[in-house]
Amino acid sequence: MRLTGKGLLDQSRSVPFSFDGVAMSGVEGDTLASALLANGVRVVARSFKYHRPRGILAAGSEEPNALVTIGRGAETDPNVRATVQELYAGLDAASQNRFPSLKFDLLAVNDLAAPFLAAGFYYKTFMWPRSFWEKLYEPFIRRAAGLGALSEQHNPDRYEKAFAFCDVLVIGAGPSGLMAALTAAQAGLDVILADEDSRMGGRLLSETHEIDGKPGHVWVDEMLDTLRGMDNVRLMTRTTVTGAYDQGTYGALERVSHHRARTEGLPRECFWRIVAKRSILCAGALERPVAFPNNDRPGIMTANAVRSYLNRYGVATGQAVSIFANNDDAHRTAHDLAAAGVNIAAVIDSRADAQVSGDFPVYTGAQVIGSSGRMGLESITVRHAGGTRKIRTDCLAMSGGWNPTVHMTCHMNGRPTWREDILSFVPTPGSVPGMSVAGAANGSFSTAACLAEGAAVAAAVASDLGKKAAPAATPKAEDGAYRLAPLWMVEGKGRKWLDFQNDVHVKDIDLAARENFRSVEHMKRYTTQGMAPDQGKNSNVAALAILADATGRGIPETGTTTFRPPYVPVSIASMGAGSQGKGFAPQRLTTSHHAAVKRGAPMIEAGLWYRPSYFPRDGEKTWRESCDREVGYVRNAVGIVDASTLGKIDIQGPDAAAFLDFVYSNTFSTLKVGRARYGLMLREDGYVMDDGTTARLGENHYVMTTTTAAAGEVMRHLDWVLQGLRPDFDVQIVSVTEQWAQFAVAGPKSRELLNGLLDTPIDGESFPFMACGEVSIGGIGGRLFRISFSGEHAYEIAIPARYGESLYTLLVARAEELGGGPYGMEALNVLRIEKGFITHSEIHGRTTAFDIGMERMVSAKKDCVGKTMSERPGLKDPQREQLVGLRPVGAVKQLTAGAHLFAEKAEPVRVNDEGYITSVGYSPTLETYLGLGFLKNGRARHGERIKMVDHLRGVTAICEVCDPVAFDPEGGRVRG
Amino acid sequence: MRLTCPVCGDRDHREFTYKGDAVMLDRPAPDAGTDAWDSYLHLRDNPCGDTRDLWYHDPCGAWVVVERNTVTHAVTGTALASEAKR
Repeated sequence: MRLTGKGLLDQSRSVPFSFDGVAMSGVEGDTLASALLANGVRVVARSFKYHRPRGILAAGSEEPNALVTIGRGAETDPNVRATVQELYAGLDAASQNRFPSLKFDLLAVNDLAAPFLAAGFYYKTFMWPRSFWEKLYEPFIRRAAGLGALSEQHNPDRYEKAFAFCDVLVIGAGPSGLMAALTAAQAGLDVILADEDSRMGGRLLSETHEIDGKPGHVWVDEMLDTLRGMDNVRLMTRTTVTGAYDQGTYGALERVSHHRARTEGLPRECFWRIVAKRSILCAGALERPVAFPNNDRPGIMTANAVRSYLNRYGVATGQAVSIFANNDDAHRTAHDLAAAGVNIAAVIDSRADAQVSGDFPVYTGAQVIGSSGRMGLESITVRHAGGTRKIRTDCLAMSGGWNPTVHMTCHMNGRPTWREDILSFVPTPGSVPGMSVAGAANGSFSTAACLAEGAAVAAAVASDLGKKAAPAATPKAEDGAYRLAPLWMVEGKGRKWLDFQNDVHVKDIDLAARENFRSVEHMKRYTTQGMAPDQGKNSNVAALAILADATGRGIPETGTTTFRPPYVPVSIASMGAGSQGKGFAPQRLTTSHHAAVKRGAPMIEAGLWYRPSYFPRDGEKTWRESCDREVGYVRNAVGIVDASTLGKIDIQGPDAAAFLDFVYSNTFSTLKVGRARYGLMLREDGYVMDDGTTARLGENHYVMTTTTAAAGEVMRHLDWVLQGLRPDFDVQIVSVTEQWAQFAVAGPKSRELLNGLLDTPIDGESFPFMACGEVSIGGIGGRLFRISFSGEHAYEIAIPARYGESLYTLLVARAEELGGGPYGMEALNVLRIEKGFITHSEIHGRTTAFDIGMERMVSAKKDCVGKTMSERPGLKDPQREQLVGLRPVGAVKQLTAGAHLFAEKAEPVRVNDEGYITSVGYSPTLETYLGLGFLKNGRARHGERIKMVDHLRGVTAICEVCDPVAFDPEGGRVRG
Repeated sequence: MRLTCPVCGDRDHREFTYKGDAVMLDRPAPDAGTDAWDSYLHLRDNPCGDTRDLWYHDPCGAWVVVERNTVTHAVTGTALASEAKR
């Protein structure tokens, strides 16, 4: 019920919304929770396990019960805390975990079966038969014990991630946080002040305290005006700092637009990584409920929440409110409500010596021992010195004391310390390097203490950072002592709930202790206490107090569980912001990309690169037809392919030759200027790392090519060798992959084509096989390499990338005039398989130079990376699987990559495995499938028949083992 | 986690690629024998406390020796591998 004229909101600005399809109205500044309470909604959810009707318990992000689903269809956000969700016009909220409705939930039968559903029930019961777990038990349990459901549709929303840097991060903008931020800012430090609420001020917005004679919220506004006026302060509202990480890194979730209807272009959330030299945790404290019988009925709330709804939102949470507490702090609830004209049914204080005065019934030394009202609180039963008494009340404000919000101090393995005087854990100093704690989070509960401590801690931090700082002047404020007596639970008939979100009650803890799960960590896992998304924010301390009692120990000896990041649930979407769809990985496009796409070429991914698969022509029905035609271009005329994706590394310096001799297994110091050579690179463990050609452009100048896939790895490796192993070499290396566009011009007519373009024509003498040199095309300087990956007379021509597109267009046009054209990856693959050339399908990390028949490329005359280990006897064992060629010779004419090889008569099972196929392609030149693969002792078995079995695709074929080079074994064509 | 690249300064760990223990700097001579090579390539201490390891700073290409503590996660020093080697 909204109280006219109460609270900080402008009640004239109404906001329409709906809950479970019912149209309602709140006011601007409401949370969904305050608006529901103002509309008299009591039941907002069914509980996780027993499907008990539950209402709103708290007023902040710690809320365990009021999880709702916002939106519909693809725009569904499940498990949103109603206490955090701000109201906006058209907000469409629905309750969760009920079927068919909140009022009547079929699975509430679980509540009747509760005696059988104690902690560990599932583990003990659903054990047999094993196979039933996945098919029957788990799906049922998941359906029965659920939270909100995902839409299962693609999420169309935008999320972002961002970095921020500051000297001091102040976490929480209550009285301590505001004073800390001001003090640090006045000392000249860069300050970020982050608060998870939509409005800064913390408890000052929810209490009636005055500061310097002004209402708390007025003082807050003045402070915020001052801070906003400072260039070195950044205020971040709706931003929950979620975790503390190494070297002063903090995760933070900003809810950018959850408080408004979806707006084009606006992200829903932004996940921040904030790097701060120091941080000050001013996260306040959370009030704990009291575990009395049936303490979970809708209408039973924490005392501070009742004050928040009253003082900030102008909402009375009941018509006859009762208060049950073990401390003075909660009495304010009664006074504030009474002052607002709300009827107080009773104030019950467990302490016999409590001092309460007011115009309402007071029971001291008394306890609430039960409650009634199935769909909402109707009455409570109070036991006091004079007996028991039933009191009619529709809202009970309870307080078992306050727990400092120590969570963040546990994120790096810190354990909080028990303080007997406030019956709470407080942060242990130094738990997180660089983090200080001030105010209620540190166990200092009065407003005056919070203000003073915030300023003092910030001044100390500033002086640590080398700034002269004085604490900001502390204004006058409430300085009441915090008095309380232990009250963890109340005996009586009925379940005494602890963890509302996971439906754990006192008996579960007792059971855990009885079954010898006495360690607090074991108890937690056995009962699931504190393991719900709220991490037991308002229940953990009470639970371990009860465990301490059950095991006859004190609380400090029992110990405590700690907290992990994140402090509040963080959506995967925000952490992975930007990584949806094409944002998942960057795209690298060649200069010929658009020309290839324009010709209708399907693109395939090669690492981050996109390369054309084939270039379809009218009338071609399958990719094979295109591929066969393109192979023909290269074998009979001339084909063009973009080879720019290969890594290109420029190597210069007096020791360039020695460096290459060290990183390649073969020798490059003997290579003549103006020549290129194929090189093999090993890892230090003796296995093949990569291959490619390296050309010597000058005495001290080489340019290396790597495979597309390993370009980054090779660059890192060369940097490693140069810096980590041989810093004595005088060599500079740099990747120039992006700087040069490079195209292969392959086929018998390749020289004819080039001579139509080059400013100075070439011939066989000036440019023999493996020659390289500078050329000029229309006055543009380029490089020409006579190298071949097809076995044909071929060149690669490189030109600065800005001319790439025009050169490619020109090359393709000329090739077409000569009866050729562009070819794609499929044809390129067939061409190299025909020639037995390897790719990373063959040098996949488990093969050696010996395995691929290149043993002699490991020079005996010099040391190189990997040489020593490549000489291990096991790596030269003839029984190792060696590279072979394969052709189908039986009835089945197809080969498949990934298939395994077996003796013709052997059963195709693992123990009989003799090798596998790495690459296959259909050779239109030889009119047969060809394969490359690895076979035990394969080089000695050419001519043998062997069985290929692809268990996955169900293909079996008889093959002949051959030399890997199927086409032009003499190599005459390449020199042609 | 933050690491200081001696070339670029204080950076987020996402900019780095991890290699392993800094013993990789001490490559044995080709004839050092099987045990030395086995140890160099395969055997690593798993210290509870101070350790030195190698990180590659991808944006600038520097190999960095990082001294850090596996218990506290404190980073106590960084140096260029080329200088640590000398």
